[in-house]
Amino acid sequence: MRNIFLHLHPAKVNGTALRFNRTFGLGGMAALLVVIQIITGILLRFYYVPSPAEAYNSILFLKNEVLFGQLTRNIHHWSGVFLLLIAFLHLLRVFFTGAYRNKRKINWLFGLILLVLIVFSNFTGYLLPWDQLAYWAITVGTSILSYIPLFGDGLRVLITGGKEVNGGTLQTFYTFHTAVLPFLLLILVIYHFWRVRKAGGVLIFDEDENAEKVPVIPNLVYREFIVALVLVATVLVFATFFNAPLHEKANPAFSMNPTKAPWYFAGIQELLMHFHPFFAAFIIPLGVMVFLAWIPFLDYDGKEMGNWFISEKGRRSVKSTAMFAAGITIAGILFNQYLINFEILMPKMPALISNGIIPLVILMLFMAAYYWLYIKHLSLTKAELVQVIFVFIVVAFVVLSLVGIFFRGKDMELTMPWEI
Amino acid sequence: MSDQQKIEKQNNTEKDQPANISRRDFFSYAWKGLGIFAALESIGVITGFIFSGKSKTTSDSKQLFEAGRVDSFALNSVTAFMGGRFYLARQQDGGFIALSLRCTHLGCAISWEKNKKRFICPCHSSAFDINGEVLNPPAARALNYYPCMIENGIVIVDINTLKERNTFRKDQLAYAR
Repeated sequence: MRNIFLHLHPAKVNGTALRFNRTFGLGGMAALLVVIQIITGILLRFYYVPSPAEAYNSILFLKNEVLFGQLTRNIHHWSGVFLLLIAFLHLLRVFFTGAYRNKRKINWLFGLILLVLIVFSNFTGYLLPWDQLAYWAITVGTSILSYIPLFGDGLRVLITGGKEVNGGTLQTFYTFHTAVLPFLLLILVIYHFWRVRKAGGVLIFDEDENAEKVPVIPNLVYREFIVALVLVATVLVFATFFNAPLHEKANPAFSMNPTKAPWYFAGIQELLMHFHPFFAAFIIPLGVMVFLAWIPFLDYDGKEMGNWFISEKGRRSVKSTAMFAAGITIAGILFNQYLINFEILMPKMPALISNGIIPLVILMLFMAAYYWLYIKHLSLTKAELVQVIFVFIVVAFVVLSLVGIFFRGKDMELTMPWEI
Repeated sequence: MSDQQKIEKQNNTEKDQPANISRRDFFSYAWKGLGIFAALESIGVITGFIFSGKSKTTSDSKQLFEAGRVDSFALNSVTAFMGGRFYLARQQDGGFIALSLRCTHLGCAISWEKNKKRFICPCHSSAFDINGEVLNPPAARALNYYPCMIENGIVIVDINTLKERNTFRKDQLAYAR
């Protein structure tokens, strides 16, 4: 046992790397959740039948007849939710401590790939219960694809295997969910960890470089054990008190009202309500992905520091940008919803211009004003500027997602969460 | 071997025997080439394996659905056929059109509001008129439709051929002869 842990870790680590607020243990938590998902996923496979006729019944059987069936399903559901949230927080942690540069460049890219794989795992798993919630969420989720120009609709047909979500879609999703994705995920997680070790372990504060080294057992391994126990306990509490959702059996002829994409795509769906699909489903997400993949390869001056938010000035710019992004996103949603709808205002204009370019330009004018009036006077370094853009994207995405998940009720009108 | 050495070696061989590469280099390139070829071939085979079958299960062959006698549908009315996944709409002038259930915005199932004489999508409140023409965004295209024909006074809908369109045109309607 001792040898296994020493194989995964170096024998000694820098004492300051053990501080909880260095990493919050997020990467380790994500890895543990992957393991939980694989174990509970295998258990669920003993009962699940991937066909439109039988899938829903097999879930009912699991719920009602199988010992701990409901609990296993709940654990699988909640670990899936937590895995995505924790992977996202892990991305934020790595970015804000600056651990994405120099020798960690490539690992940042692999981290992004892992995030995409986790999103796909969640998305393919979402369909499997074959209830109304699953069927319509996947219908809306895959329909977003058809707005990608040129190959988008072909891609949608390829994924769903037909004009609409059907038995073929279920079988494809099942294969990806239970074979292809877990296999890739497992291999890349191991590689991801290996590269962290190759880069010299967790990034530490620059002034702590010469701190005393301490043995991994017990210092690190015990801490990891405690984090693991707390995480497992949290998952179990959620799984005990909150059931994984299960609505009526899927009915391709009747939509739920409202029909929402899975929660991690709620941000894009909310964006779709305000922008022409070409921008909401293609240009903006593509821009964000390119930006994320590109940031490690910019030429930064100075070495990686490992300080949260880079500097005192960086921290100030992060705070104000977060507030600016939240403000303008909320204002934009309300403005577009209640005051001006460009598409109705300018019926003669093609929707691509009236509902795409015009609101985008207005938004960019506000961002430019924010830059010229405030950010420019802080005279930030390049890394701090990239941080400002990153914060804007993240906060806008989170606000859009929260509005889509909690504030959209019947007919997708804006509603208070308790009235949904 | 580092790149530097490789270049030097190539330069040397070029000097000694022009247009010749060493046996070792030749085999090294040959193996790499074969490896890449094998990898590409595998990708092609796997893609073909997965998608050839999938496309056949949803082939474009006709599947005819008998909706009923022409005179059983009133003028200016809409009848739902959930089994065939379409709404059969009969216009004021007697023309028929079989409209897909799916909203052109994000694919939710629309429903016919008899009193308001319009199709409403529950997901993002797009609305369409009896021809499937857009009355209210966010949907940008008119409803898709299935071709229908009238033979011996019976309306027949080909529910395997979904037609996409941007706007409604008169020639999309089918009339009894």
